[in-house]
Amino acid sequence: MKTRPNYFAGIGSFLWLLIVAIPLYVMLSGTFQTREEFGDNGPLSFPTSFTLQNYVDAITSGFGRYFLNTVVVTVGVVAIVLLLVPPLSYAIVRSQSRAASFVFRFFLLGLAIPAQAVIVPVFYLINTVGLYDNLIGVILPTAAFALPICTLILSGTMRDITGELYEAMAMDGASPARAFFRLVLPLSKGGISTIAVFSALQAWNGFLFPLILTQSESTRVVTLGLFNFQTQYGINIPGLLAAVTLSMVPVLLVYLFARRALVQGLMGAGGK
Amino acid sequence: MTTLATRKRPAPGGSPQSRPARSGASSVGRPGFAWALPATIFFALFALVPLAAVAVLSFTSWSGLGDPKFVGLENWETLIADPVMLKSLWLSLLFIVLGVVTQTPLSILLGVWAAGNQRNRAVLSAIYFIPLLLSSAAISVLWRALLDPNFGIPGQLSWLFGDGNLLGTQSGAIGVLIFVGMWQFTPFHTLIYQGAAKGIPTVLYQAAAIDGAGMMRQFFSITLPQLRNTAITSIILMVVGGLTTFETVLILTNGGPGTDTTITAFYMYQEAFQSFDFGVGSAIALVLVVVATVISLVVVKVSGYDKMNSSLEGL
Repeated sequence: MKTRPNYFAGIGSFLWLLIVAIPLYVMLSGTFQTREEFGDNGPLSFPTSFTLQNYVDAITSGFGRYFLNTVVVTVGVVAIVLLLVPPLSYAIVRSQSRAASFVFRFFLLGLAIPAQAVIVPVFYLINTVGLYDNLIGVILPTAAFALPICTLILSGTMRDITGELYEAMAMDGASPARAFFRLVLPLSKGGISTIAVFSALQAWNGFLFPLILTQSESTRVVTLGLFNFQTQYGINIPGLLAAVTLSMVPVLLVYLFARRALVQGLMGAGGK
Repeated sequence: MTTLATRKRPAPGGSPQSRPARSGASSVGRPGFAWALPATIFFALFALVPLAAVAVLSFTSWSGLGDPKFVGLENWETLIADPVMLKSLWLSLLFIVLGVVTQTPLSILLGVWAAGNQRNRAVLSAIYFIPLLLSSAAISVLWRALLDPNFGIPGQLSWLFGDGNLLGTQSGAIGVLIFVGMWQFTPFHTLIYQGAAKGIPTVLYQAAAIDGAGMMRQFFSITLPQLRNTAITSIILMVVGGLTTFETVLILTNGGPGTDTTITAFYMYQEAFQSFDFGVGSAIALVLVVVATVISLVVVKVSGYDKMNSSLEGL
């Protein structure tokens, strides 16, 4: 165990803290200033007035609707992930068929397929089945691209269930389905909440699929709303910052309450 | 590849499979392949089939209306003769290299520091990770606002930033994109390194301390070599991430000034969804797939996903 403080790394991490925190501070303080004050004094000055008008502006410019759309997309994606990934991981970890090991490799390779690579065919597919400009059309590919990483994470959790437990179930003469519902699911709760939080984060922050698969205001999600707001009202910087802040609030709340699940998911994303 | 999967599959927590199977109970907890089928089909439909389709579409002409028409190698000929495509590949390479050399040292330092047990470390790491949670769109919009030439930080700190129009020159725009990439992704790589550094056995440091090795020596002789595999994973993720950077370019620079920040992934989007030349767009996408696949094979080959013992190397 290191006992002496590591000054070099300590100073470095403090500097990085400033680089991370100052933009976030400027963002937050800007949202409470009037446009005139922000423009006159510059972003780094301390605010001298306080207003919530920027948040009102952001919400009335359509963000309420965008939030609702994003919630729909997020719920849809998480539901698909939770429906598909646990049985898949169960098969990968416990099945003795060769096909299951093949499937696992298939999903590992899937990790490396960038969404950009397939957006043209996905656009074609969604158009053909008539789901263009429909939130379901956004949900489906977003969920598909969340599967590989979630499978990797949940398979890791399920591998920790020991063989003895399955044997105990065997004594009771349980079927694979019974073992899944009575043993595997209850013991994988941690992993399942991790993939739920993780896929929700991906869906909430998703940009590319909504960008190419929707066009009207009624299907616009928050990330697209920000982009749109920026191109239309780029001059209203406090309003823009308020919109950005609003888009971050749900994620930060999740971070506050499900930090462990989230960090584990992200570590899983690193292949650990 | 084969070795990876076969080694990985039969490891359900070291279960006592060697015992004679109980009659009639051997199938318990041994689901059939059908359990994997729904997810596999779903994934194939949106990732695998499109991947094959993108290859087919690269030989067609399609404007988004009607049906794609077969045009042979025309798109590929267009692409090879296209100076913007070649430039975009060089720019992508530049982005990847600059991303790796700026993010790697920083995330190793921060990760190793965060793996220690200093006071306040937990609070600080909680703040570090915030950028990681935010969407690329939100981050790009935020930075675009912060760097606004008239109302942003550069205007207020003109002694540092000159005329303040950072995004108006090629070097300025690339610098901004690299910096924003760093701001966004360093936390993620820090997290990977932090996890790996925590896994380094304390006994190695104790042994080194007994031998009289100082902190610097310990860092270079124990910490860095032990992080080798993690570094490979992290760098490859940076390469793939750099290759597919999109939102930041779209929102911060829109590929400009001119085509000076039009990297390949962004050029693909422009050709397909702004010029409505989906054939050429597909050809560019295929180039991206090939590059990403080569990289992913390197991931599996070099670092492997079953590197359970990597942090115990040399013990």
